[in-house]
Amino acid sequence: MALNVGCTAPPGRARDNRTGSWRVFIPRFDHEACSKCGMCQLVCPEGCISETEGKEFAPDYTYCKGCGLCAEECPKTAITMVQEEK
Amino acid sequence: MALEIMEGSIAIAQAVRRCRPQVVSAYPITPQTHIVESLAEIVANGELAADYITVESEFSALSACVGAVATGARAYSATTSQGLALMFEVCFNMAGMRLPLVMTIANRALGAPLSIWNDQQDSIALRDAGWLQLYAEDNQEAVDLHYIGYRVAEDHRVLLPTMVCFDGFILSHTYEPVDMLSQEEVDAYLPPFVPKYRLDAANPVSMGMYATPDYYLEFRYENDQAQKRALEVVREAGREFGKLFGRDYSDLVESYRMEDAETAIVAMGSICGTTKDAIDEMRAEGKKVGLVRIRCFRPFPAEDLKAALANVSRIAVLDKNISLGAGGATPRGAVALELKDALYGTSTPVLDYIIALGGRDVRIEDIKNVVAACEAGDGDRFYGLRTEVL
Repeated sequence: MALNVGCTAPPGRARDNRTGSWRVFIPRFDHEACSKCGMCQLVCPEGCISETEGKEFAPDYTYCKGCGLCAEECPKTAITMVQEEK
Repeated sequence: MALEIMEGSIAIAQAVRRCRPQVVSAYPITPQTHIVESLAEIVANGELAADYITVESEFSALSACVGAVATGARAYSATTSQGLALMFEVCFNMAGMRLPLVMTIANRALGAPLSIWNDQQDSIALRDAGWLQLYAEDNQEAVDLHYIGYRVAEDHRVLLPTMVCFDGFILSHTYEPVDMLSQEEVDAYLPPFVPKYRLDAANPVSMGMYATPDYYLEFRYENDQAQKRALEVVREAGREFGKLFGRDYSDLVESYRMEDAETAIVAMGSICGTTKDAIDEMRAEGKKVGLVRIRCFRPFPAEDLKAALANVSRIAVLDKNISLGAGGATPRGAVALELKDALYGTSTPVLDYIIALGGRDVRIEDIKNVVAACEAGDGDRFYGLRTEVL
């Protein structure tokens, strides 16, 4: 983000707001238990969970705010919220 | 120069026409109504090539102006009192997005109790919104401040919306001789608006972006810096106006008979006309009294006031507003609060008089009473309080 006059920004600059710093609890994924149903990706309000090249679901911790919705909704309870040490 | 006798509101509408706004959006409210009625007629008659956007509220009126200025158009609005209060949120957004506009405020009291009459509480309540605020003493000045207002607001060193404030009814509905500049003269002074950035499908941009705690403080700093730069830009624009048309507005504060003055009155707006007459009479009686009139309240000309008031023994502030709850045991208006801040460290007593709220008339005799009270050290109070009805 830059201090442009009038708080203007070209498209896509919201990416500069690295909301990962807001997080208190971090979601840890147990890929063994994961059934790859994709529920976590669907419910993530930040839209930061996606399938990796290795076909595993994982969040982008740069933007994950640690809301815990993915952990709450995971049918396999494969996601655990852990207090993050900073 | 051809003087024309005109109602204040009509003169403002004619001045706005000469500023060539491309979008006008306003909602009628007493005592601003004649301005926007007259402008509607001017647009309908084809005398001004503007889109006149009729809206359902003041919130929408100013929002339409935000959109218009964002596309790079020069826009205009006018309001007062409750209407301005309804614009509160948009006012802060417009200043934060650095979108220049001129909006006339026909100053009026705020409810409750409901009052359509004049004081300056409405614009004063928005003094922290980031807008420039210019206060006119008479209709000639009110007209001229619109030309100056656009020029300053649109200057790339400033880029801030501007309120031109003139007292409701006392000026808006009063007929006075006004020198209306010709279109050619205004065109020579006020070039077309050149936006620094604008909405453009070919070059998309988001405006008024979300700022995290890492950035918000810096945006507010920049906003304040623009206000600070405006001090000089207002002076420049006022000086240039004087060179072209003979009426110089380069001073942010006007000093009237301040040479050797021992008591100074500080005030804004039309009350200063009465005050000048009172001062003339008091001077004839041998009293050393003068007036320092604040024309530009935002940005606040702290240094100018300090210089203008450097040699007086006491200061009486006429506040046509009140900051409810301020001042501890005694009442305070915004002008006194800010003046005391500007003079902090000096020993000159500043006594505040809350006066003329809700249209209470002020006469020459009242000004003399204030000066007498100030000389006796009796101040920081309401003036003219009818204790028998309390």
